[in-house]
Amino acid sequence: MLAYLIRRLLYALPILIGVNVITFALFFIVNTPDDMARMQLGVKRVTPEAIEKWKAERGYDLPLFWNERAEGAEKLTRTIFFTKSVRMFALDFGRADDGRDIAREIRMRMGPSLAIAVPVFVLGLFAAISFALLLVYFRASYLDFAGVVLCVAMMSVSSLFYIIGGQWLVAKVWHLVPISGYAGGLAAGKFIVLPVVISVFAGLGASARWYRTLFLEEAGKDYVRTARAKGLSERLVLFRHVLRNALIPILTGAVVLIPSLFMGSLLIEAFFGIPGLGSYTIDAINAQDFAVVRAMVFIGSALYIVGLLLTDISYTLADPRIRLQ
Amino acid sequence: MKFVLLWSDALFFLLVVTAIVGGLWARRIEHLRVSWRRVGQSRVAMAAATLLVAFVAVALLDSLHYRERLPGEGENYAVEVRSALDALLAGLRTRTEKTYSAPLATHSFAKETIEGEGRDFPRLKYGGAHLGDELGRHEMDIALRAVQGLALGLIAWLALWLAGAPLRRRATHLAWEAVFATLFALCLVSGVAAALAGGYHVLGTDKVGQDVLYLTLKSIRTGLLIGTLTTLIMLPAALFLGILAGYAGGWVDDVIQYLYTTLNSIPGVLLIAAAVLMMQVVIDTHPDWFATAAERADARLIALCAILGITSWTGLCRLLRGETLKLRELEYVQAARALGVSSLRILTRHILPNVMHIVMIAIVMDFSGLVLAEAVLSYVGIGVDPNTISFGTMINTARMELAREPMVWWSLASAFVFMFALVLAANLFADAVRDAFDPRGAR
Repeated sequence: MLAYLIRRLLYALPILIGVNVITFALFFIVNTPDDMARMQLGVKRVTPEAIEKWKAERGYDLPLFWNERAEGAEKLTRTIFFTKSVRMFALDFGRADDGRDIAREIRMRMGPSLAIAVPVFVLGLFAAISFALLLVYFRASYLDFAGVVLCVAMMSVSSLFYIIGGQWLVAKVWHLVPISGYAGGLAAGKFIVLPVVISVFAGLGASARWYRTLFLEEAGKDYVRTARAKGLSERLVLFRHVLRNALIPILTGAVVLIPSLFMGSLLIEAFFGIPGLGSYTIDAINAQDFAVVRAMVFIGSALYIVGLLLTDISYTLADPRIRLQ
Repeated sequence: MKFVLLWSDALFFLLVVTAIVGGLWARRIEHLRVSWRRVGQSRVAMAAATLLVAFVAVALLDSLHYRERLPGEGENYAVEVRSALDALLAGLRTRTEKTYSAPLATHSFAKETIEGEGRDFPRLKYGGAHLGDELGRHEMDIALRAVQGLALGLIAWLALWLAGAPLRRRATHLAWEAVFATLFALCLVSGVAAALAGGYHVLGTDKVGQDVLYLTLKSIRTGLLIGTLTTLIMLPAALFLGILAGYAGGWVDDVIQYLYTTLNSIPGVLLIAAAVLMMQVVIDTHPDWFATAAERADARLIALCAILGITSWTGLCRLLRGETLKLRELEYVQAARALGVSSLRILTRHILPNVMHIVMIAIVMDFSGLVLAEAVLSYVGIGVDPNTISFGTMINTARMELAREPMVWWSLASAFVFMFALVLAANLFADAVRDAFDPRGAR
């Protein structure tokens, strides 16, 4: 098991390096730092001096891969590739355009993101599984059919509609919660209720329908027929046999998402003014702050790879037939 | 008049031609024909397909672009690129008001200072202008026009019904009743809309006074393009790499797997954001590449499709690899290899036709997600060009208006309703296609 984990971690390294190279190529080779400077300073009427100053302030005035003018090992380290990309592996993300330390900003904003993302994840999973079980319990009836139609209809509605409509109805018309904003500690409660409910609702249709097919597939298997044949009630069959076995693919599918919860949700955080990582990313995109976007890409990929690793481990925990070697 | 072929137009026409050629090809292959017949027998699928065809027709009309010739001597053409749809809806496009007005309204939505009368709601320039001073007739007029529209729609539907009679007789196994029921609803709704649009703004006007109905109809093309071009762009790469990885195995397989795992591990939205930001820099630093604003917006649309394609081809590639791995070991492929058939021939004759159902399912399943994604991405600011009319840009400009008192709801509502119709139809059709093509469902 330990050997397996170490090997998997070693596999993850080339992937992270690949991600790093791709983002580097995207940000520095597709466009030269000069292009970015011109874009930031306004395309017309920009002097070469202004461009040089912009580049020097952000450390983009170095060569890409190989610094001829430096000494010894600095030939490699005093380059854009090393200072901007390789340093990310040491979790050194540099500074954003407004001069703030990105790593510190990320640490501060992780809390609010998690305060939304964790309840959404847990409640969403619970709601979707319950709804799917209900449909399976009444399978091949009009209730089941109506439920599936409802799921498809819910999937077809834009998530923007859920957010805009929910915010308008609950916060503006009914005045139940503040429209947007955030506060630390226990006061956060009233700010996160609405975003959580809306996110859970928006994701319900697709996941409930997907879980329903998983449950139905499981319910058609021989051991379920055996369970019924020996006289177990439908409820017992459903909860003790179908649910427990179908939970394996559901949980292992969900595990891969857990590390990514740190990243928060772009849309929800932007709409509700939550100072999390999602809104940080959106602000960076709108301000064209390349350093922040690059950092978020790197962290997002690293978390996803951790998620893949956790998935493999959860397989062995959930299903004793699987051995990792 | 000078015809303009934008890149997206060319690709869209190519897509339609591919679909038709693909359809003819599928007729020759037994199992594909059987599956498509099963789709055709499903009432839900046929109703959804009818709606989709209507949307595609609007998008095709909107893809025939031209530039008008300017009056005067010499070869001078207008800067604006218009489409056949613009020409058809010229009435809607040109009759712009000053600012917001509610659906079917005769007066503006905001009070203004009118000379000599103090502050009041001014009359609209076009909405209900034919009523003159007889404002009492407003409701009567709407009802009358609605009835006329219903009659018009009914006549149009009857004409379609009669024209469709030979079709119904030839292919009796298809669910024609669903097609004509959908057409019936479609004809009535568009009849009423057309009749009312003659004198009013059916869905109101937006902030700068543009007709919302016109904007929603224009949005359809953008949504469809994003939903289909993305798949078209990614398909060759996914097919080639997926089948190659599965068939060749060894280090080729390792490299391809590494490639898609790496791409897959970058969060989609962030990769799209980074790529769109970079693309925007390229477009902005090379203004000389594009003759008109439409071409620039078009380049961004294509770029967005390509980027979405890059982030979404990995799933299909993995599925194709798995299926090819399985097929490679089957007896008939082994037999072909033992008989000395070349690898290329095995791939094209024995593997490719047998993974086509996966491709078909992936295309239709991805479509609705992509249409929805366009709206979200445009909202975040990394979608289509802000000047391109799309559901996303409509929602983006309209969302601030909810805060007004009283509320401006019509542009948001129209965008959401049209998007819902399109995505629901696509979802239902996709379900039917998956049920028909998935061998696990064919028990």
